[in-house]
Amino acid sequence: MLEARGVSKSFGGLKAVVGVNMEVPAGSIRAVVGPNGAGKTTLFALISGFLTPDSGRIRFVGDDITGQKPERICARGLVRTFQITQPFAGLTVRENVAVGAHLRHESRASALRHAQAIAARVGLGDRLDQPADQLTVAARKRLELARALATDPKLLLLDEVMAGLNPTEVQEIVAIVRRIRDDLGVTVLLIEHVMQAVMSLAEHVLVLNQGTAIAEGTPAAIAADPRVVEAYLGHGAASRMTGAGDA
Amino acid sequence: MRTLAGIALFGLVMLPLPALLASQVWLNFLVMTLFFALLGIAWNVVGGYGGQFSFGHAAFFGTGAYCAAVLQAQLGLAAWLGFALAPVAGGAVAGVVGFLSFRYGLRGSYFALVTLAFAEVLRILANSAGFTGGGSGLLIKLAPGAANLQFADRSGFYYLVLALVIAGLLLSLWIERSRFGSYLVAVRENEDAARALGVDAFAIKLRAIVLSGAIAGVAGAVYAQMFLYVDPGLAFGPTMSVEALLVPIVGGMGTVFGPVLGSLALHLLSEAGRSVLGQAPGLNLALYGVLLVIMVLFLPDGLVGLLRRVRRRFLRGRADA
Amino acid sequence: MSQLPIVVPSVLNGLTTGAIYALVALGLTLIYGVLHIINFAHGSLLMLAMFGVFFLHKLAGLDPYLALLVVPPACFVAGYALQRGVIARASHGKDHNILLVTLGIAIAIENVAIYFWRSDTRTLDLSYAFDTVNLGVALVALPRVVAFAGALVVAGGLWLFMARTDLGRAIRAVAKERQGARVVGIDVEHVFAMSFAIGTACVGVAACLLMPTFYVTPQVGHSFVLIAFTVVVLGGMGSFPGALAGGLIIGVTESLCGLFLGESLGQIGIFAIFIAILLLRPSGLLGHRA
Repeated sequence: MLEARGVSKSFGGLKAVVGVNMEVPAGSIRAVVGPNGAGKTTLFALISGFLTPDSGRIRFVGDDITGQKPERICARGLVRTFQITQPFAGLTVRENVAVGAHLRHESRASALRHAQAIAARVGLGDRLDQPADQLTVAARKRLELARALATDPKLLLLDEVMAGLNPTEVQEIVAIVRRIRDDLGVTVLLIEHVMQAVMSLAEHVLVLNQGTAIAEGTPAAIAADPRVVEAYLGHGAASRMTGAGDA
Repeated sequence: MRTLAGIALFGLVMLPLPALLASQVWLNFLVMTLFFALLGIAWNVVGGYGGQFSFGHAAFFGTGAYCAAVLQAQLGLAAWLGFALAPVAGGAVAGVVGFLSFRYGLRGSYFALVTLAFAEVLRILANSAGFTGGGSGLLIKLAPGAANLQFADRSGFYYLVLALVIAGLLLSLWIERSRFGSYLVAVRENEDAARALGVDAFAIKLRAIVLSGAIAGVAGAVYAQMFLYVDPGLAFGPTMSVEALLVPIVGGMGTVFGPVLGSLALHLLSEAGRSVLGQAPGLNLALYGVLLVIMVLFLPDGLVGLLRRVRRRFLRGRADA
Repeated sequence: MSQLPIVVPSVLNGLTTGAIYALVALGLTLIYGVLHIINFAHGSLLMLAMFGVFFLHKLAGLDPYLALLVVPPACFVAGYALQRGVIARASHGKDHNILLVTLGIAIAIENVAIYFWRSDTRTLDLSYAFDTVNLGVALVALPRVVAFAGALVVAGGLWLFMARTDLGRAIRAVAKERQGARVVGIDVEHVFAMSFAIGTACVGVAACLLMPTFYVTPQVGHSFVLIAFTVVVLGGMGSFPGALAGGLIIGVTESLCGLFLGESLGQIGIFAIFIAILLLRPSGLLGHRA
């Protein structure tokens, strides 16, 4: 469904993303992980059209979408959420979600109906008329998800929708995301720091460090990979850990 | 539905007023109030719903006014033709300003500045060009008759402007109930988030400013017909730009009735000011300036916001009782 | 070559006017750099200061250059009070509210001035107004030379102040990183108000230097403020050397446009530059996004 080949982006002298290759097959749930500043969010911005890569190509359902505008890419069926939630603050939950719904629903009434159904699906059904700026963090994350889902995407890019949530809330979102794939057939690519969520959701994980893909594979394989442990905990950490047992 | 009923009620109340009002002074007051409401409705489209604060709506208003005046006074064409072309001209100028500003990503202060500068450029051009009559302006020949869109008695203009205001209210209502309006408000609240959801922010803002410019152009033509005179200062000067933004800010930005309410409040206040302090140059605008500061400090959501809060408190009070 | 005798004085005049533009623009750019707002009231504050200089001379016989001891400090206080008392309270978390408030202040000040002083043009009658200095290539009016020198001195002083004093460093810190400055204990509200006050004091100095050769009307701020905006945008928002260079460039451009295109079309030259820069110069314009 999504294919990136040799995608690079630098800001001034800083190489944010370096020659990243990745593939997301239709119907899968995949994850991108990595320490802070690894270039995950930049990668999302490149895929979704908010940034243009310096080199490399990005293909979506067979078409080259490299350098297209975000609104065009969204219309093709690839939508992203934002790590820092970006609600339309002055609008209600229903109106927020309706903005997404309007992409495939010209009439107001049908967009509002669709918005209501989507909001119910992510557990915001009882907050439809609440202004978006009065929502809790957990509810904002759900709103972010609902708005994106309302565009009827083929591929959903979720940028840390579970950060800052408590374990119960994380479990709820995990269940919602899984149902989005199972019931609606939406492919999901997520950036996540909450490892528990990655482990239980993702079928395949790509690890970025300093802009480069350093490992990929199943969550279990990734967790055991010494390169990944080093990336997170610093040079020599893996050997220290094996040396010191489980201390 | 409630807003639509409100517009109908507004029409029903306003329609018989010329027959009921004995005084020409009050009729005149209402005509001017409706006229500025129309100008405010124009600004409200791009400023209120779209969040793009234009400080130079006189550019579009003045283009409409000159369009009507030049076609009649210089080319001897029929009044209705000028009237029909005024929104086209106003919209076209707005389209150019909008295309340049939005293409280059101007927002906030920069957009305000650039619109202000365009209005000034047009004022200087009107001052120096020949076909605009230069600094002395243009006079439209007095020829009363509905065909010339000149009315011997004020009530003719009253009905004309009332019809335009009602059309403007219906248009605002359509904005609130349409995909276009939903996208426009989304762009105002958060442009990046809107784009991520498939909204072409540039196209939406451009459409909004063209629509806004077209309505302002109509207001300009109305003005030219009412006073049969246009000059660079009246048409492109800062006064109209300030009126255009103050009316919806006082009434409530991004609401259907905001501009009407704002215009009424503003002009009642200015009449009151005139009767207390006497007629003097500068006084009116000084009052507006102070009012703008007070509104932003204490009532940033305007009179409509105030009414909504009062009603909510009232309803809550009743529920408690 | 035959045009040289009129071009040289025109350039010199442009440079001296440009120095005043630079002074007005310095205040504007300081306020913009720190508060990230365009102060629409800047021109009307200049107008008020000019009336101040005018009446100090008319009523108290104070020389405009001696008024430098009175008017800039008064502007400083007024600027501080305006920022603390009105502008700081207006934002409600949205920058466009500040924009509207400064516009409201501008309209109010200007029209109160029209109410009291009508639109009459007022000039000072000074013995030295027509004294000239021979610069070798041309004769230039003495007050214009003083204005030019004064503007350079103020710009230099401001630069030293920003580089060497604690307050100057605090201002730069706030301009760069508002939250960070707050975290390290800088009183951000105070810095905002001080920046606004210093910016307004610049306008006070400009008024004193202008009045010996210029006239004052309630609308006089307009012509200066739009040009000052142009200068600020040309020089890069928030940049001091940029404001100084921009002011001189615009002064000369205006003077030459006036010479070759005539008075009213000459003004268009400025606006054309203004719009073109706003649209085409991306750095500093697009860098500042919400």
